[in-house]
Amino acid sequence: MKADKKKTMLSADAVKQALRESFLKLNPAVMIKNPVMFVVEAGAVIVLLMVVFPAYFQSQERLGFNIAVFLILLFTLLFANFAEAIAEGRGKAQASSLKKSKQDMSANKLIGESVNVVSSTELRKGDVVIVSQGEMIPGDGEVIDGLASVDESAITGESAPVIKEAGGDFSSVTGGTRVVSDQIKVRMTSEPGQSFIDRMISLVEGAKRQKTPNEIALNTLLISLTIIFLIVVVTLKPIANYLGISLEIPVLIALLVCLIPTTIGGLLSAIGIAGMDRVTQFNVLAMSGKAVEAAGDINTMILDKTGTITFGNRMASELIPVSSSSIQTLAEWAAISSLKDETPEGRSVLEWMKKREMSFQEAVAEGGEFIAFKAETRMSGIDLADGRCVRKGAVDAVRKWVISQGGTIPADLEQIANTISTLGGTPLAVAVDKELHGVIYLKDIVKPGMRERFEQLREMGIKTIMCTGDNPLTAATIAREAGVDDFIAESKPEDKIAVIRREQAEGKMVAMTGDGTNDAPALAQADVGLAMNSGTIAAKEAANMVDLDSDPSKMIEVIAIGKQLLMTRGALTTFSIANDVAKYFAIIPAMFMLAIPEMGVLNIMNLGSPLSAILSALIFNALIIPLLIPLAVRGVAYKPMSGAKLLGRNVLIYGLGGVLVPFVGIKLIDFAVQVWI
Amino acid sequence: MDILQMLVVVILLVLLVKPLGTYVYHVFSNEGNRLDKVFGSSERLIFKIIGLKRREGMGWKKYVLSFVATNFILAAFSYLILRLQHVLPLNPNGTGSMEPTLTFNTAISFITNTNLQHYSGESALSYFSQMAVIMMMMFTSAATGFSVAMAFVRGITSKGQTIGNFFEDFVKAHTRIFLPASFVITLVLVALQVPQTLDPTLTVKTLEGAMQQIAIGPVASLESIKHLGTNGGGFFGVNSAHPFENPNPLTNVIQILSMWALPASLPYAFGLFAKNKKQGWVIFTAMMCLFIVFLSFAYTSEKTGNPALSALGIDASQGSMEGKEVRFGIAQSALFTTVTAAATTGTVNNMHDTLTPIGGLVPLGEMMLNVVFGGKGVGLINMLMYAILAVFICGLMVGRTPEFLGRKIEPREMKLITVAILIHPFIILVPTAIAFMTDLGQGAITNAGFHGISQVLYEYTSSAANNGSGFEGLGDNTPFWNISTGLVMLFGRYISMIAMLAVAGSLMSKRHVPESLGTFRTDNALFTTLLIGTVLLIGALTFLPVIVLGPIAEYLTLG
Repeated sequence: MKADKKKTMLSADAVKQALRESFLKLNPAVMIKNPVMFVVEAGAVIVLLMVVFPAYFQSQERLGFNIAVFLILLFTLLFANFAEAIAEGRGKAQASSLKKSKQDMSANKLIGESVNVVSSTELRKGDVVIVSQGEMIPGDGEVIDGLASVDESAITGESAPVIKEAGGDFSSVTGGTRVVSDQIKVRMTSEPGQSFIDRMISLVEGAKRQKTPNEIALNTLLISLTIIFLIVVVTLKPIANYLGISLEIPVLIALLVCLIPTTIGGLLSAIGIAGMDRVTQFNVLAMSGKAVEAAGDINTMILDKTGTITFGNRMASELIPVSSSSIQTLAEWAAISSLKDETPEGRSVLEWMKKREMSFQEAVAEGGEFIAFKAETRMSGIDLADGRCVRKGAVDAVRKWVISQGGTIPADLEQIANTISTLGGTPLAVAVDKELHGVIYLKDIVKPGMRERFEQLREMGIKTIMCTGDNPLTAATIAREAGVDDFIAESKPEDKIAVIRREQAEGKMVAMTGDGTNDAPALAQADVGLAMNSGTIAAKEAANMVDLDSDPSKMIEVIAIGKQLLMTRGALTTFSIANDVAKYFAIIPAMFMLAIPEMGVLNIMNLGSPLSAILSALIFNALIIPLLIPLAVRGVAYKPMSGAKLLGRNVLIYGLGGVLVPFVGIKLIDFAVQVWI
Repeated sequence: MDILQMLVVVILLVLLVKPLGTYVYHVFSNEGNRLDKVFGSSERLIFKIIGLKRREGMGWKKYVLSFVATNFILAAFSYLILRLQHVLPLNPNGTGSMEPTLTFNTAISFITNTNLQHYSGESALSYFSQMAVIMMMMFTSAATGFSVAMAFVRGITSKGQTIGNFFEDFVKAHTRIFLPASFVITLVLVALQVPQTLDPTLTVKTLEGAMQQIAIGPVASLESIKHLGTNGGGFFGVNSAHPFENPNPLTNVIQILSMWALPASLPYAFGLFAKNKKQGWVIFTAMMCLFIVFLSFAYTSEKTGNPALSALGIDASQGSMEGKEVRFGIAQSALFTTVTAAATTGTVNNMHDTLTPIGGLVPLGEMMLNVVFGGKGVGLINMLMYAILAVFICGLMVGRTPEFLGRKIEPREMKLITVAILIHPFIILVPTAIAFMTDLGQGAITNAGFHGISQVLYEYTSSAANNGSGFEGLGDNTPFWNISTGLVMLFGRYISMIAMLAVAGSLMSKRHVPESLGTFRTDNALFTTLLIGTVLLIGALTFLPVIVLGPIAEYLTLG
């Protein structure tokens, strides 16, 4: 599912739609929202007037040049519009597939004791409906009675159905998902038009997109640069007049357009939309662009141990024989007792054997009778065909069993079991009839790759705090193994919020993931709260992001996307401003070379003629926008590393590159332009 | 030898930075220290007289109101004195009342620390005016700039709600910095034969028997504060080129250092406030790098001389000595010019109008940037503004929203900074264009062509940067020039100061973001480079087209 969500950027339909939008967006009323491009549009209109009424402007002999300038300006505008339209188009495609799941449907509304069939649009908050096998859930709600498996693939893309039941953390259901078995009673929790799917549609469509603070600040800077260059260009004319140099209006407009930051001005909104879109493609729903940006700023990340850092199942990590036995004997009996044991603990013993390439005689177990684990006995095992009984289970339970068989307890058992307990593990004793062979050390296993990811996070300057209900010793062991910076043991939901407040008081930005209702206050308190889609409505309401795949470790990717979004914005701004150097060297000598031939010295690119120099700079300025669209939409390459390294690398590519690239680009374009002049 | 001369002065300056910066920090840190024993009693007396017993910290708005009101009263007072100087005492030469637009220009010129002079001091001012207006405002304008800079620094480096008490800063800047320092420098200058007297102009009989008027007066005291306060208004029309103002190379070096050392020590003081000395050195290094580039251009260009003269067969091995004093030579003149424009003092020991085109571009460029050390406090504020800009643009490239000294740069700060970066090119380019569109403006130009553009551009740039040096050569004592440059000086000084104090106020109240590995560091060599790059890309490129039409065209067409 994930794969087909990542549509190629340029499907024919999307391009057609974006092209149409590019022209529609030329409407000055729309354009004024982007002041930088609005100035370009105003310039284009003035040049167009000079083309249409050459007699009035006495610009007859420059008609060809003016037409060229007008066309380049027009394309500059279209390219910028196209960038925005393409970015928006990707969101719209996603929205339309969501809309399909939002068709009007009928609902079985429960009024008193009777069931009435009504349209889903008539349902109000608090209404109760009955949803049976094969039916769509008519709106967001909470299961108040029953248990059912629900197919949520419409929103999550995950085809395996999930279990929803009344009470607890799995009671929330989403409108537009389908019940695949059983029947549930659901109480509506949202008004029509405000359901989760509705919000999701409007988010991915970008309809409710608000500019983030950073975007507003950057826009302010771009506007001020535009005004500065407007002053520069407007005042240049009277000053040049004093020298008897008459500067033509199209040339001045060309200079202006080249100097104002059109590259970033044209791509800024595309970068923002695409950033949100990248988050959505990761199956995370961000409630605002601000939340995505905030993710880039995170200093501290709070993670639950179970399910995020560890698998949550205890697994065999070591076998410790008592002094009277040997590791080989212990391993053999442990394996035989686990052969038919389907619990994760049992399977982990066999895996442990396989990993160490230890063998045992499976034949011994043939014909034996498996004894399943029971809460009363706290043991499982197998009664072999030859009469021997093998048992595996809690240490005191196995000890009692051995004593009851008439066996003796090895002296070092107590000590081994205690050591394992203090390390935070769970000891399982293994015995055969009267003889106790040793202990299986079960422990929570850290997910593979987590250590490396925490290492990366540390390099990015992000501190990780693990929350767990375990005792401090167990917590410390896991924390050390996983490589988190800090942990809270025996944590209660209130503890999380206290930690968040403490970190925030130090000025840090905090991210956390959660799913339960009791996580909701902490999710709301955190700067970035990522709720699991499997979680309760309360948790989803409180968070500013929802992970549709319910994978808590995805927070790390969200942070990377946030950083990438900010970096892309910074890189293209730097690039855009650095471009001005070369454009100056192309246009300034060209403007004055006729009146002051000595200015030729400044023509360091050795451009063919003043006219071709101006046109080449202008064409470069226009072409760079579509060339950078892929970068703007995809984001600049990002690998987790320290701030200093990232900066050094990006300054080199986008700062120095921004100075040098246009020199080459303008020169190449000039070769082509000269042919036509 | 030339290069050694300049190098020695630069090294002396660098050696002065740390002790002076530390001293300035202690003056304004508002923590008890040994200085209180020396100055405490006299300050307490002053505070008692002006009714400032409880010197509570002010928010940025109150600080702005206090310094603007104080400046306004001082300017109004000065305007009256200049208009009424013919009836006021201490006027042995019988100098008449000053013309209204010239008085407007002069009052603004001195309250804004510009010291643009559209008059000649020896003939247009009485001794009383020289002392009560010119010298008084040389102190107060410098103290105002210093106070505002310190308030700005406090705002961006500390937490809380207040950026200090303006009146306390203002008094301390006088009592602990400018008064004692100018007292010492005055005595040194007197020892080096700079006149200090209230006697009227001397009339002497020359060898040929003709009678000559020799202007004298309280020169040494004015000379010391003129440089210490980066004011630049000379006692005599020709300023520090006059043998009574600047008699020898030693006084020349003293004058260079006394205008340069305080602005250069401010970045270090800023580093102490920020509790990160490296942060201060980064700012200093960026300033110094730009300075060295400018100095090299000035020296090389003047040393190379004018190719047009060489073509006539005139020996140009001395360099371009036109408008320079032989007692200083090329090196001391080039250094003085580069420093005076860097520190926006505006004092001159050679005539900038006769510098070679590239030599003239140096002071022009420094004033356009207005960040190479800069005038009392203003240079530091401007450089920090560029630092914030650099952080904003490049900071994003580490993947975090930009932060400077642990504070987020958000829309409000950017809007205010926008005002500050816009105002400078606006008040330089727009009046320049207007001057060229009107006969009133064009009439004053004495050299047509490219040099005429430099003349006009220089006048407004000097006013906008509150430098005050003139390209001279411009016939500028007319109502048009008096009023237009008066307004430019006014806007150039106060708009950016107010905007930047607002930035400080807003940054101060923000949540402080702790530093981490992911933070964009602003205290290393890379940031120094980025800062210089930002200054050049945003500050310098703005003025490139007009510079091309002025000094660069003149240079290219010279040979």
